[in-house]
Amino acid sequence: MIGGLFIYNHKGEVLISRVYRDDIGRNAVDAFRVNVIHARQQVRSPVTNIARTSFFHVKRSNIWLAAVTKQNVNAAMVFEFLYKMCDVMTAYFGKISEENIKNNFVLIYELLDEILDFGYPQNSETGALKTFITQQGIKGQHQTKEEQSQITSQVTGQIGWRREGIKYRRNELFLDVLESVNLLMSPQGQVLSAHVSGRVVMKSYLSGMPECKFGMNDKIVIDKQGKGGTTDEPGKSGKQSIAIDDCTFHQCVRLSKFDSERSISFIPPDGEYELMRYRTTKDIILPFRVIPLVREVGRTKLEVKVVIKSNFKPSLLAQKIEVRIPTPLNTSGVQVICMKGKAKYKASENAIVWKIKRMAGMKESQISAEIELLPTNDKKKWARPPISMNFEVPFAPSGLKVRYLKVFESKLNYSDHDVIKWVRYIGRSGIYETRC
Amino acid sequence: MTDSKYFTTTKKGEIFELKAELNSDKKEKKKEAVKKVIASMTVGKDVSALFPDVVNCMQTDNLELKKLVYLYLMNYAKSQPDMAIMAVNTFVKDCEDLNPLIRALAVRTMGCIRVDKITEYLCEPLRKCLKDEDPYVRKTAAVCVAKLHDINAQLVEDQGFLDTLKDLISDSNPMVVANAVAALSEIAESHPNSNLLDLNPQTINKLLTALNECTEWGQIFILDCLASYLPRDDRESQSICERVTPRLSHANSAVVLSAVKVLMKFMEMLPKDLDYYGTLLKKLAPPLVTLLSAEPELQYVALRNINLIVQKRPEILKHEMKVFFVKYNDPIYVKLEKLDIMIRLASQANIAQVLAELKEYATEVDVDFVRKAVRAIGRCAIKVEQSAERCVSTLLDLIQTKVNYVVQEAIVVIKDIFRKYPNKYESVIATLCENLDSLDEPEARAAMIWIVGEYAERIDNADELLESFLEGFHDESTQVQLQLLTAIVKLFLKKPTETQELVQQVLSLATQDSDNPDLRDRGYIYWRLLSTDPVAAKEVVLAEKPLISEETDLIEPTLLEELICHIGTLASVYHKPPSAFVEGSRGVQHKRLPPRAGSGESTESPDVGQSGPSEAPPAVIPSQGDLLGDLLNLDLAPPTATVPSVQPSMQMGAMDLLGGGLDSLMGAGLGAAPAAMPASLGGAPAVGGGLGDLFDLGGGVGMPTGSYVAPKTVWLLAMKAKGLEISGTFARRGGIIQMDLSLTNKAMSVMTDFAIQFNRNSFGLAPAGPLQVLTPLSPNQTIDVSLPLSTSGPVMKMEPLNNLQVIYPPTK
Repeated sequence: MIGGLFIYNHKGEVLISRVYRDDIGRNAVDAFRVNVIHARQQVRSPVTNIARTSFFHVKRSNIWLAAVTKQNVNAAMVFEFLYKMCDVMTAYFGKISEENIKNNFVLIYELLDEILDFGYPQNSETGALKTFITQQGIKGQHQTKEEQSQITSQVTGQIGWRREGIKYRRNELFLDVLESVNLLMSPQGQVLSAHVSGRVVMKSYLSGMPECKFGMNDKIVIDKQGKGGTTDEPGKSGKQSIAIDDCTFHQCVRLSKFDSERSISFIPPDGEYELMRYRTTKDIILPFRVIPLVREVGRTKLEVKVVIKSNFKPSLLAQKIEVRIPTPLNTSGVQVICMKGKAKYKASENAIVWKIKRMAGMKESQISAEIELLPTNDKKKWARPPISMNFEVPFAPSGLKVRYLKVFESKLNYSDHDVIKWVRYIGRSGIYETRC
Repeated sequence: MTDSKYFTTTKKGEIFELKAELNSDKKEKKKEAVKKVIASMTVGKDVSALFPDVVNCMQTDNLELKKLVYLYLMNYAKSQPDMAIMAVNTFVKDCEDLNPLIRALAVRTMGCIRVDKITEYLCEPLRKCLKDEDPYVRKTAAVCVAKLHDINAQLVEDQGFLDTLKDLISDSNPMVVANAVAALSEIAESHPNSNLLDLNPQTINKLLTALNECTEWGQIFILDCLASYLPRDDRESQSICERVTPRLSHANSAVVLSAVKVLMKFMEMLPKDLDYYGTLLKKLAPPLVTLLSAEPELQYVALRNINLIVQKRPEILKHEMKVFFVKYNDPIYVKLEKLDIMIRLASQANIAQVLAELKEYATEVDVDFVRKAVRAIGRCAIKVEQSAERCVSTLLDLIQTKVNYVVQEAIVVIKDIFRKYPNKYESVIATLCENLDSLDEPEARAAMIWIVGEYAERIDNADELLESFLEGFHDESTQVQLQLLTAIVKLFLKKPTETQELVQQVLSLATQDSDNPDLRDRGYIYWRLLSTDPVAAKEVVLAEKPLISEETDLIEPTLLEELICHIGTLASVYHKPPSAFVEGSRGVQHKRLPPRAGSGESTESPDVGQSGPSEAPPAVIPSQGDLLGDLLNLDLAPPTATVPSVQPSMQMGAMDLLGGGLDSLMGAGLGAAPAAMPASLGGAPAVGGGLGDLFDLGGGVGMPTGSYVAPKTVWLLAMKAKGLEISGTFARRGGIIQMDLSLTNKAMSVMTDFAIQFNRNSFGLAPAGPLQVLTPLSPNQTIDVSLPLSTSGPVMKMEPLNNLQVIYPPTK
């Protein structure tokens, strides 16, 4: 299991050092600094073995988190734990920075003591942790016996992510379907790979221990129902449903029920959390099409023309559109003309960045640029990185639709109808690239 | 709160000041002081001198202060064992506290104080806490048993904590169960033979129930534990798989990977014709692909594991090639791993896409990545014959870019392509020769020299080219020197008239002016060969080389099986067995997949399954370091006891011809050595010094007389093979290796229908004809037979080298 956990600043100074096992000595702290943080070359692997000691690291801004072990640990678990550790810290004191870590080092030690015992990760749900580890000193002295046992049963219980006795005057929930659409397209406009990775993020402000059921236009479910019902038009339901390649769920979702019935039922944590992630690859709506045209005029000049076409309902508006056209390292000057928005050559980033605030569906826009090059004797040709794009659209490119989210709370007297529900769809660009 | 100020006190006399503050009457001041101490401890200052003062602060109502003091204690108790005893009373008292959080805190901390003297005092509180009414205390106590075991294993056993821990597996609280499982698994690791976990269908059922209810981490502990269980039959195996599959949709990648491990392992027991087997295969692909959308570090872990899974069961991901395409912004470690998997999945169906991608990658920035991409193009050519032509032309395009490392890498792979498809692409040699001057890496130089030597008759100025290398002979690396020597000898044998001077020059450079024994030996061998019998030399040096295999860099099968049992762990990331990187007793156990069950072949040993035609894997060219796994295949063969006597036709004894085997072979001379030599070296035409010595031993190739034949030794005892005793030796008669056997029937009944089969071995030995035992062998009768052997069989490096396995199925 995990033998120790260290947090360093960008210089390699230790901010937090917690050792759980005897086989990890103080020299391990230095070994990592010397061999990884101060190493000359780029990091070649997130797992490093130095003198039979394995180091796992992740970086958050310029802070290094490293877990150390001498055993054959579950590597996936160690990384999951490190991410979780980051989440917990963020939930407690915001951004992970040297300043914040130094300011909260006592708290961090306390958290580490609680969520990692002898190197074994324990309950690390912030909802549960916050009931007994707080920033204003620790509760506990003045708690009643009931309160204490409530805490322990929550931390160890089956529903470790939610405490009993939550009350809201207004029962409300927000459902965000956040998708990122990824594309790799050849210069000729052929889709090399495309997928949507989506997340359903829920903010729930519900009283008691509500039982929820979430439904979407999952092809498997719709087809199943289609068979049962006779009135459904066969073609119609097929079109509206989507094929989900795979999905994963927050630990509150009953996985065995999903496996057998494909229904998503759960008791939600309080506040914001990620209910599910999913991936689709079929019938994706690609919101934008990028058509590049790069022409080399002699050895010292490039002509670039890029057309973007929006491909969705004209009534919808895409926002925060940004097209990034890479330029060679030996660029000396750039002239740009664009029909819409603003375009600028950013020498430090070796790219022309073209920004458009808003663009409706079924429209087209164009940029053309002349790039002057310095003559070089570099034999290696310019690698021509792909043109990438960023945007945000108010629909789900996968076609996912929320069909229902039902809330049942048997003990308290509010029903599904009393809950105010909000649903929002946001599609963003993931890695959206067109080779040129 | 601005605790950061504690990090910045570096005055002299600081310890003294802290001491005063720690003994202050004011609570706040005390707390501040302890915080300063902890901060100093973190940055590596020695504050152990403050031990008594800090311990004095322990008896407090303030939980925050208490936790800080505990933290200090855990760090320094070891250096001050006597002082640590002072703290014991407070711990014992805290273990009785009304607040379960404090009880748990006390028992947790006490376990972390790794001082022998304290452990005695720990036992009683621990016993109580293991039976505490509060699950939070019990789950903490469960882990504490593992801590105590780490300090004093004997004490834990004597005190009966192990039994209490086992009872906790039936606890009503899922988290207690999970922690108990984790603790037991860890303790069991250091007692490889104890039946500590004692997994049986009842406990498995409990674990599977807890699996649905516990935290994500608990699920990992339980799944990892499940993976070490061996189901009794395929039905149990299937029912466990059914209950584990829902975990594949968990958001935590580690849960998913551990579930994949359980499934991959238990699948082995399911008959392949079962519907469920196919369903399971289909279910595995999507979660594996989803892992690739995780954070890059986890992607890396996932990719290393997928690399193993693809080798074991290529069918799972064969349609998922596209997801392994490299993204421009992937970290380099993800890119390199993806590339590896792309090549493994490359097939005729997707080769066009793969090739287009690889070509794209070859223009990227990172040198390692570009090199690997170029090499990958070569591997595609070797793997998918239909694509070879396109690959070669792509490589030629890349050579035209004149980027130094791209050119070198391309030449190395083109050499392999020549080996795979002789006499097909030699037209490109001219282009290669143009780049001769830019090659500065040994591997590329060696490859180029090999090409020139191999095709000397088609290159007009081959002698000039090779001569140009000869100028700086002593500055070259050994690899290049050896290659140059061989190439010039080849050239001489092909064009003897013009190159006599050249060959003499290189021979004298290699033998007289070199300190390298390998080089010298090879030089002498060639010299002697050429001077005694040029015809024989031609046969040896210009012998036809066996084709290289399609798959390269495969992990050796036994190691692969072991690694599959370690999916998700560091072993699967390093692609090494745990024993290679874990010290001490832990991890020394070798895990194995359960024996394949079900269909008709089931009664055959895995050895036979491997060499059988039905699922023959491609010959493995083990790269260095891959032979880590022990190849004691014999252990895998089912002991005869498990083979019911109802199926006499399937009986067999596997025998191990360890010892004596190689010696007698050597004595027998090495008539077949030239043919075996290149084969045993796989793709590398370089010959090591060891084999060179063998030539000398033989004294001259093909000398028929005077060889020593070792006396027969008993290879197989009667009791191990249903009454058949075999003794034997190896001999060489008339240039043919023969295996002399004496078969004795020590059973009660007559034996007939003898047959013999050789497993892959280091020398490629295989029977040249059927075993001729004409008469039935009656009880107590002995007959002698000679079996001619050839060295044309499949070659696999055995450990030890002279290990030879023969399957010898007598049928009654």
